[in-house]
Formats: sequence, C-alpha cells, structure tokens
Amino acid sequence: MWQIRVHGRGGQGVVTAAELLADAAFRDGYEVQAFPSFGSERMGAPVTAYCRLDTRPIRIREPVVDADALLVIDASLLRLPETLAGLRTGGWVLVNSARTPQQLGVTSTASADVHIRWATVPATALARRYLGRVVPNAPMLGAFAALTRLVSLTAIEDALSDRFTAPIAEQNIRAARAAFASLQQVVTSDAQSA
Amino acid sequence: MSTDNGRSLSLATRTAGGRLVPPAQRAEQANPHRRNALTSGHRACQGCGVALAARAVVDAAYRASGGKLVVVTATGCLEVFSTPYPESAWRVPWLHSLFANAASVASGVAAALYAQGREDVRVLAQGGDGATVDIGLACLSGMFERGDDVLYVCYDNEAYMNTGIQRSGATPPYARTATTEAVGGEPGNPPGTGKDLPRIALAHSIPYVATATIGDIHDLEAKVVNAMGVRGPRYLHVLTPCPLGWGSGPAETIALARLAQRSGLFPVFEARDGDITSVLPIRRPVPVEEYLRPQRRFAHLFADPDRRLLTRLQEFADSTKARYGLM
Amino acid sequence: MRSQREASRAVAEVVGRCRPQVVPAYPITPQTHIVEALGAMIRAGTLSPCVFLTVESEFAAMSAAIGASFAGSRTYTATASQGLLYMAEALFNASGLGAPIVMTVANRAVGAPINIWNDQSDAMSLRDCGWIQLYAPDNQAAVDLHVLAFRVAEALSLPVMVCMDGFVLTHAFEPLAVPTQAQVDNFLPPFRPRQVLDPGDPVTIGAMVGPEAFTEVKYLSAQRLDAAVNVFEWFAQEYAEITGRRYHAVESYRIEHADTVVVALGSAAGTLYELADAVPGVGVLLITMYRPFPARVVRGLLAAARRIIVLERAFAPGAGGIVTADVRAAVAGTSAMVHTVIGGLGGRPIRLASLHAVVTADALPDIHFLDLREDVVRREWERDPTVSAMEVRHVH
Repeated sequence: MWQIRVHGRGGQGVVTAAELLADAAFRDGYEVQAFPSFGSERMGAPVTAYCRLDTRPIRIREPVVDADALLVIDASLLRLPETLAGLRTGGWVLVNSARTPQQLGVTSTASADVHIRWATVPATALARRYLGRVVPNAPMLGAFAALTRLVSLTAIEDALSDRFTAPIAEQNIRAARAAFASLQQVVTSDAQSA
Repeated sequence: MSTDNGRSLSLATRTAGGRLVPPAQRAEQANPHRRNALTSGHRACQGCGVALAARAVVDAAYRASGGKLVVVTATGCLEVFSTPYPESAWRVPWLHSLFANAASVASGVAAALYAQGREDVRVLAQGGDGATVDIGLACLSGMFERGDDVLYVCYDNEAYMNTGIQRSGATPPYARTATTEAVGGEPGNPPGTGKDLPRIALAHSIPYVATATIGDIHDLEAKVVNAMGVRGPRYLHVLTPCPLGWGSGPAETIALARLAQRSGLFPVFEARDGDITSVLPIRRPVPVEEYLRPQRRFAHLFADPDRRLLTRLQEFADSTKARYGLM
Repeated sequence: MRSQREASRAVAEVVGRCRPQVVPAYPITPQTHIVEALGAMIRAGTLSPCVFLTVESEFAAMSAAIGASFAGSRTYTATASQGLLYMAEALFNASGLGAPIVMTVANRAVGAPINIWNDQSDAMSLRDCGWIQLYAPDNQAAVDLHVLAFRVAEALSLPVMVCMDGFVLTHAFEPLAVPTQAQVDNFLPPFRPRQVLDPGDPVTIGAMVGPEAFTEVKYLSAQRLDAAVNVFEWFAQEYAEITGRRYHAVESYRIEHADTVVVALGSAAGTLYELADAVPGVGVLLITMYRPFPARVVRGLLAAARRIIVLERAFAPGAGGIVTADVRAAVAGTSAMVHTVIGGLGGRPIRLASLHAVVTADALPDIHFLDLREDVVRREWERDPTVSAMEVRHVH
C-alpha cells in the first residue's frame, strides 16, 4: 500500500489534489481511498488530505501516519513539525517551490534514521502560466507522476478531464504536462549525481 | 319551500339560515347536505367555541374544495376530544402528529400531493393558540415563507386550555390563568406581553390573512371560502371562547364572541399579500366592560373600585378601533 | 461498475434512484453534501417528480416527512447529531404512527462540548425511538443499505435510519458501485402505503389512545420491529440476486477459530478486518442491524468466543458501554468475558496499532478508553481541587 499526504492551505485545492490522485490511480488499476482531515476550513489555514493506493481493497480509514510520500503545496508548512511527521525512510517530499531543495535549505535527513528524498516543482508559476490562477494542484500531480512513477500522466490527464469542464481541464492538463516534463529532468540528473 | 329536514342548526335567528332566508344566503351549517366533517359524538365541553368553529371551517373548506380536502391537526383540545380511540368524529382524511408541527406536517402533505400531480386536493391545518403562536411559530413561519399551499386556521381561546388553562402568547392582558393568577400588584396576565399573530402573518406577506370569530358564522365561512379561492400559504385566526377557561356560561359562547368584536378588543379584518383590504365594522359598539363582565377570568378587574385595569383595557380597545378603522 | 466519487454523492445518487417524491432537508455538518446533491438533482429535473423542501429546522424536516409519507409519497431526509436530537419528538411520532420514512444519519458527536466530528452518540441516544437502525460498515454498504432500507421500511410500515460515520464515511472519496435505475426499479416497487390520507376513503391517523389499548398498540408495534431481522435477510437475498452484493444483519469475519471476538458497528469494520488478519485467534462480529437487536444471531455467532471485546463509538455516562449491554444480554449464561473499549469519540481516529495493543495486552479492564491521554486527565484532576479530593475510580 502507498500512503500519501497532501499538505497545503485552504483555497489551494488540497482536497481536490488528493481526490484527483486517487481518481488517476483508480484509472491505472489501483484500489484507492482519499479523504480530507476534517474540520472547519478557512481560507489560508493549513489543510491536510490523505490518499491511499493499493493492489488490494483498502480497509483501514484512519488518517495517514506512516506516509510514503508528501505533497507540500505550500512551502511555508515545512516549518511545522507535523508536516513531515511519520514520513517513512526513503519517502518522497515534493514541494511547490521555484527553488531547488538545496536552495530551500532542506536536508535529506529529517532525523538519523529517516532518509528523505526531496524534490521541488514551481507549481504556482506553472499554474499562473497555464491557468492564469494560482491553483497549483494539477502541476503538483504531474510532478508527482514523474517523480514516483506511481501513477501515469495519462491517468492524471483523464482524471482532470473528468473533473473539470473542457477549457479548464485543458489548461490543467497542460500545466500537469509541463510539470511532468520539468521533473523528468530533475529525476534524471539526480540519478546521475546519486 | 323549506329544505330543512330538521337537522339544520339553530345558532341564532339569521345566523345559520332559517326557513325565511333564501337558500343561497344560508350558511353552510344550515345546509342539510353539508359534509358534517366533525360529526356528533365527540367529547368537547358544552359550549366549546373550538368545536363550533372547527365544524364550520372544515365544512366550508370541504365544500370549497369539492370534497377534496386533507386535514392536519395539532395536539390540543380539538384533537383530544375528537379522536378518542377507537372512535373518531372526523369524516375527512385527518392526521394528528405533534403539538408544534401541524404547519410542517401540512407542508409535507401539500408537497406530496404536488409531486403526485394531485394539486386538486387541498390541505387545511388546524391548531389552537398555544400550538400556533408559541410552540409552533417556527414551523408556521417556515410554511409561510416557503409559500407552501396550506390554509392554516388558528382556533384562539387565548390560553393552553387542554392542559388546564395556562397562559399562552395569545392570552390577553390581565386575564387570569393558572400561571397568571389574579394576585399581587399586577393581577392576571402582564400587559405588554404576547404576540399578535395576525400581524406576524401579515408581515410574511402571504396571499391571505384574516381574523374572524365564531360569533359571525357567515363571515367565518366566507373567509374560509375566500382563503380556499387562492393558492399558497393562508392564515385564518378565529376567536373561539372557552366556557371553562374563560369562566363563562356554555350558552354564552356565541354572544361573547360577538361582544369581543363589538368592543374593539378583537379586530376582524381580511388582508391580501400583507395589506388589510377590509374590516368588519363595529355597528353597535359596546364598552369593554360588557364583554369582560361575563368572564370570571376578568372578575378581579371589577373588584377594583377605581377600575384602573378596566380603564386601561378600554384605552387599548379604543386604540385598536382607531388603528384598524373599525368604527 | 465502480466509479470514483465522494460517498455522500453516491448516497444521494442511490437515494435519487429510489424515486422519493418529497425530500425535506435541513443542513447540518457532515450531512450537507448528501442533501445538496439531492437538491441539485431535483432542481436539474433529473429526480422528478420530487419536491425539495428547504425547511427551517430538523424538527420541521421530520414533521414534513411524516405529512408527506401519510399523503402517500416515498419520503427521505438526512441529519446528524444535534439535528437528530432536535427532531427526537418527531422520530417517536413517525415510528408510532408507522410512517416508512428513510433517513441517513451521518453519525456525529453530540454536544456539549460542540464537536462536528464522528462518533455514534447521536443515533445511540435514540436507539429506542422505534426506528430500525442500520449501521454501514463501509461506503459500498452505505449505498446499498439505502435501497434495502426503503424496501424494509415499506414492507413493515416502519421508519429506517441508515447510519454512516460522519466524515470518515461520508467524505471519503473512493470507487463505489451505485446500482442502476433498472436495478433499483427491479428491486423496489412503487410505494403502497398501509394507510393514506385520501379524500375518497377518509381515515383518522393519530388518534388518542388511552390505558385500555396503549399497551397492545405498543406490543404489536414491537413485534413488527422484531420481524425486521428476518425481513431484512429476505430482501437482502433478493438484492444480492440483482446486484451480486449480499448483506446480513450481522456479519462475521474469522470467527471460526477465534477465542477473542471484537464486536463493532460502522466504519471500524475495515480496521478490524485488518486486525483479525494480523493477529491469530481474533475474529470480528460486525453488527449492521442494531435495532431491532438480533440477539439470537449474535448469541449463536459468539458461542465459541472466550473473550468478547465490544468496540463502541459512544458510551452511556454513569453506566458504561451501550452495545455492550445488548451483547452481554445476548450471551447471558455463557462463560465469555465481555469487555468494553470506547474509542473514536468526537472524531479521534481508531487506529489499527491501538487496537492491536488492546487485543494483545495481557489483561483488559472492563472498560477501556482507547488512546486516552492520561497526561491530560491527570493534569485536569490536579487542577480541580474538588475532583482530587473525591475518590475517583481510575478509568484505565
């Protein structure tokens, strides 16, 4: 089972991101589950959503503690200890940022025994460019696909087409593709330097 | 020429319609073929104003709807005295749910009939003053504002009678009830409290609002017919004296209702879409004293040699007359 | 055919396919997505003929439902928590009069203190109002139980509450199969009321019943409620033939060789199945129909258990477990030890790891509050001089 957490702030499409990821994974043949951390949602307040993918039916329903990957849509949340809590060693953290992980100042280890793999993608800039609005979840998903190979870009595109009306879906798809392409490069160069 | 087979009621001379009144001008209660929706055998008190009013109202509504009527009644005297299991005095489809919800239940009935394509069947809700003015106010207001197609009739005997004569939001100033005893400096129901439900109904701007008393059956029936002639939420507030609760004689119910109207204390009017369109003028005015004296619930007013409270009530009646243009 | 959607929307869809004619609705977290979706369907004309009544309170919602039901229309509403309590009087009225209303309860804690998250105190507080109570163990069941609910309700002329854990189930986004319109029509015939307000054949509904007949009315009503266990099984079999999904009033998992059986209602089911897979000798008893309580079935399935742990998402202050009492009564006379574990109150997640610790612990007290924060409790005791002065029994 893969357990993913999405961290962001109200208004950034955190819950939608988790649902789209689940939808995409379902299209790729996984059993899936997605749900938000429930609470009164205020614009700008921290929001967390969860997504599970598995090859067999998912029966548990508790919030994700032992995460295999984190999508951090708002980099300012990295300051909060709960954002990285429970991340498994070898887990991915994909951060929405125009800076590189080194520039962000994050280290590859959260503690002695948890080795974290960091990646960043300028999702906000991509969203602005392709959608004209700051809703970074589609590019985040495209980058996630490139990074983890857990879901296919095609599945993400299909999920986007289903969720949004034609023109908006198109914009989101292009943003996701661009993010996918940009992260392809990072992954390749990382592998070279690893 | 008489069609009177001996079953017509004799509420008074011209009231129901004796043999000398042309059939077309007789009240529905004089019609031997009326539905008699609330038939005999019920357990109401002798002289119960509600029993008289309910029969007149439902028969008039029944006729106006061509016999296609569903009635919803709130908990209270009416429901208790008319349906002692295993008997029922109702000859129309009839539902009693709870104390506060007659208006909501009726809204549900109306919605169902609409969904079934049977809008020809009309819905009538009934409740006492307690059920309508106090505990059921939220439900009533909801029915009004949604525009539900229900005629709600309030039988106002000005207190919670079925439970033993306790004060309600419709109890008039200074009236003695079991929870507003005639003792102390301010005996009876405190003045300045209470709700004017007809005016609250007006504020909702519903298609039809009217007040009436059991003292004028023609007026009462005509208002039911008028109400049934339009769709949407409609409200009829009927003054119905209670001999037990008011401490009046059982034979005086009709007379007292008339005196209430003639004193100016109970304005009788009709309104459409939030505006009063007509009033029942007071042809032979009486001082409030004449209306209050036969009621033991106001006896303490007469014990005061200075007649302070009587004076205040007279002032209130005068201002009501002026406000509604009843003279 | 499964498709991804939020469970609330799936419930709205399946309810729509049951062809209700009147839906009175008052919003309360976490039921809102269900009634919003229904409202949208009605507005768009996809659910027609149907009237969506935006009522002014939950009490009005249930009252309007009673009126609509007796006027001969299939009627549905949904609520939770405070809203369920606000309509309490009307719930007793609906069951007492025999209105076959179906209602979703998106289980949520009851204040004070105010809490919008999941537990089952709402429905538990009204377990004896005369309604049939079903608790969905997962979202597929939540969808299917609504169809079954209408059929059972109309067969018995009794209202049915379909409970689904608020947020945990209602707001989960997952693949679900919603039966097609054809499947539902095949299973659910048009509503034929036992008694109806019809000008052509007038009846009096809601008479006053005195001491000479009240007991008999209640007795007969209770017998009808008891019949729901068998009626549910009967219709569930028919439903399985149409959809391939079979439900039972009580489900069991790995119970054959279990000497510890965990009993639960609702969404804890999934976690318990994982637990039973992980710990040998642990089985699960999942109660779907809680009222009427299927005592005979429960007793039979628990016959071999040495230790019974009732996992409750509510409790009776001053008395202990709620479902525990029903289970204890059902197994009376056997030698099984019965323990109560209270978890998930006010939305605290029920974690697999915590349950694992409970079932593998050497000793278990009579009543155990799962994941209780002892440090907070201790601190509060120390702060309050009246409490620390009293003898307080440690609830471990």
